[in-house]
Amino acid sequence: MLFIVNTLSWILILVGSVFLVAGAVGLIRMPDLYTRLHAASVTDTGAMILLLSGLMLQAAFVFQNPLALIKLFLILFFTLFTAPTASHALAKTALLGKLMPKDSAGNDLLPSADHVRQLADSSRPDP
Amino acid sequence: MFTAATLAILATMLLTIVRALLGPSIYDRILAVNSFGTKTVLLIAVFGFLTGRPDFLDIALVYALVNFVGTIAVLKFFEYDDLGSGAYQDDDF
Repeated sequence: MLFIVNTLSWILILVGSVFLVAGAVGLIRMPDLYTRLHAASVTDTGAMILLLSGLMLQAAFVFQNPLALIKLFLILFFTLFTAPTASHALAKTALLGKLMPKDSAGNDLLPSADHVRQLADSSRPDP
Repeated sequence: MFTAATLAILATMLLTIVRALLGPSIYDRILAVNSFGTKTVLLIAVFGFLTGRPDFLDIALVYALVNFVGTIAVLKFFEYDDLGSGAYQDDDF
């Protein structure tokens, strides 16, 4: 039983580390902020889920510590809600800050900065 | 097992710092700092297991939340050039 748990958490933690490194390399190599957002959220979700579930297995069976299991689940639960929100807020702020997304050929994907501003202002409650 | 994860996390933290330094726009730097924060959460959790101290998980939990709030505050400052004037709008009451 313990052998199964150890190998399973080994696998989870190793695959989580692969996601972690993949996200970090993507953070470096990606050309644009918006593609880097994707790379960063690979680590936020993929590595987080796999690593923490590997730790959960360890906490539940090897260390027999249910409190640690609950805390790990809470960390995972909150991170899975806050990471996408942060990414969305960052992309919205960058878009409003006139950082235009470009495709691989380099031409703009959105018509113009003030077109973006109108889109945002139409949805924003007037102050 | 935990040492392998700790080394992987430390290596990726270095890459995130490189992106934070290289980042052309400020938004890249915010993204790098936010990503560094979530990696710190993982590092604290894994290190807690490495040294057999389950109370590290509280620190990791608090750090995850504070990191999020910090990122949103910086973003709000960049978007509105102000952290909220605090003045009551007419539809507040």
